[in-house]
Amino acid sequence: MLFVDIHHRLGAFDLEASFQSAGRLTALFGPSGSGKTSIINIIAGLIRPDSGRIVIDGKTLVDTAQRSFVPVHRRQVGFVFQDARLFPHLSVRSNLLYGRWFTPQAERYAEFGRVVEMLGIGHLLARRPALLSGGEKQRVAIGRALLASPKLLLMDEPLASLDDARKSEIMPYLERLRDETKIPIVYVSHSIAEVARLATDIVVMTNGKLAASGPTGEIMRRLDLLPPEEVGEGGAVLDMKVLGHDEAFGMTVLGTRAGEMRVPRIDRPLGAAVRVRIRARDVMIGTERPKGLSALNILPGRIAEISQVDGSQVDLKLDCHGDILVSRITRQSFQTLHLAIGREVFAVIKTVAFDRANLSPGAPLVLTSD
Amino acid sequence: MLDLTPDEWNAVHLSIKVGLCAMAASLPFGIGIALLLARGNFWGKSLLNGVVHLPLVLPPVVTGYLLLLSFGRRGPIGSLLDQYFGIVFSFRWTGAALACAIMGFPLMVRAIRLSIEAVDRRLESAAGTLGASPLWVFATVTLPLILPGVVAGMILSFAKAMGEFGATITFVSNIPGETQTLPSAIYTFTQVPGGDAGAMRLTLISIAISMIALVVSEIFARRIGQRVDAG
Repeated sequence: MLFVDIHHRLGAFDLEASFQSAGRLTALFGPSGSGKTSIINIIAGLIRPDSGRIVIDGKTLVDTAQRSFVPVHRRQVGFVFQDARLFPHLSVRSNLLYGRWFTPQAERYAEFGRVVEMLGIGHLLARRPALLSGGEKQRVAIGRALLASPKLLLMDEPLASLDDARKSEIMPYLERLRDETKIPIVYVSHSIAEVARLATDIVVMTNGKLAASGPTGEIMRRLDLLPPEEVGEGGAVLDMKVLGHDEAFGMTVLGTRAGEMRVPRIDRPLGAAVRVRIRARDVMIGTERPKGLSALNILPGRIAEISQVDGSQVDLKLDCHGDILVSRITRQSFQTLHLAIGREVFAVIKTVAFDRANLSPGAPLVLTSD
Repeated sequence: MLDLTPDEWNAVHLSIKVGLCAMAASLPFGIGIALLLARGNFWGKSLLNGVVHLPLVLPPVVTGYLLLLSFGRRGPIGSLLDQYFGIVFSFRWTGAALACAIMGFPLMVRAIRLSIEAVDRRLESAAGTLGASPLWVFATVTLPLILPGVVAGMILSFAKAMGEFGATITFVSNIPGETQTLPSAIYTFTQVPGGDAGAMRLTLISIAISMIALVVSEIFARRIGQRVDAG
């Protein structure tokens, strides 16, 4: 359990945040300059807050009221920086073992072989960091933080400096990290795609203030929390199960409370859990079940919430038997269709709107509608 | 060619000893002051910087005379050291080493300070998050990264010591076998009739020692540089 309640002033910038999270991966989400990085620097002990309190699993790291401050090297908090920050004068192996050396024997839980295997860096051990690619550096940096056997892992935009190919190379390792290790992770990001895929809980920051916090599904469907450049990526995040595969047409059928969904064929066994992000702008609304339409996913639901975005667009939250879908439509359609809260409608989503965000054996698979 | 008289051998031997001692003794202070100047933020920092650089701009004779005033037997520091520690600098080879250390100090501090300023401090905070205390961070991250600068500073200090003349002769005079280093010995030869051959012999030796020091430092620096850059 992570508890943060801090107030810190940096020049004209006022940072104020109070939240707690018991999630396995808590994302600190917000546009750049919103104070996310300052928060994890404060959690790590790299910045001393003006006032406040930080507690991890009952252990107080900072309490300005009690004048207590645990220095960074005694916090046992792993930190993965945006720029991997590997030690240039040490080999990859020595980099990995660096933090382990400072961890008391009894508290070392990370096994070298297992971490190396999980991150797929066995073939790099003898190399110098300068000879690694960006993705490899970041994986080694993650391994280095893990092998110090931290009680909490902080990650500051670990993918931001990588191109898309490298990002999707690392993503599965992050998912394994979340699912296979027991350490809670705080993950700073400004990318909806990353957060929707990785986070169990989200803390949204804007302008140094806490805008909202809660489970991923709840936060992701609130499009008003997203920065303007990312709104197009926003939408519902639903956890589904593989019901079956349609080999003839190359599709997979997923089960949700809202009904069955047909998505492009994914290589997952029956019953496997899949997290699906359905962008709000990919969801069409019909007032009656459409006929003669190519879209395969037509889910009945009831309008639960209406929020006006601006003069031209409207967001609808649809309650589909307990699963919430989000749809963004024009105000013109909204008026023409006489939509109102409580009205029964049909959500229409094309199968080809979904794309494989990634396909890597063993890793939980995530589909994104884009 | 190398038919040196015992006095000349003494001068060569003494010069190397003085140079190595000056270098070794000033190294910890050099690193400390360089750290202070590169990282510190305190009142009087520019004053300290000025004092460290003073031997570079003062005439060496002035530095030597100031040393004589303060570290001489009757000087305030010299008498204290003599009385409580039995350390005497004046007219001893240790005095020559002190003079050389002081003269080479600004060069050493400059070289080390530049390399400290070039260190990526984010690497140090990364080491901190991995559990390394500030002292360990210095020993395992900062020091290895500034090693090329430290080596350069050591070589500069040694080279300065090999060539130091004015401050040494003013402070500890020119006593064969005790304080007569290579430059003083060459100077003595040039002052007596028929000393040309001796002066030439010592000059060649002086050149040889300096060249060897330079080449060794170059090899060192390249090795370390490769290790750090490639890494």
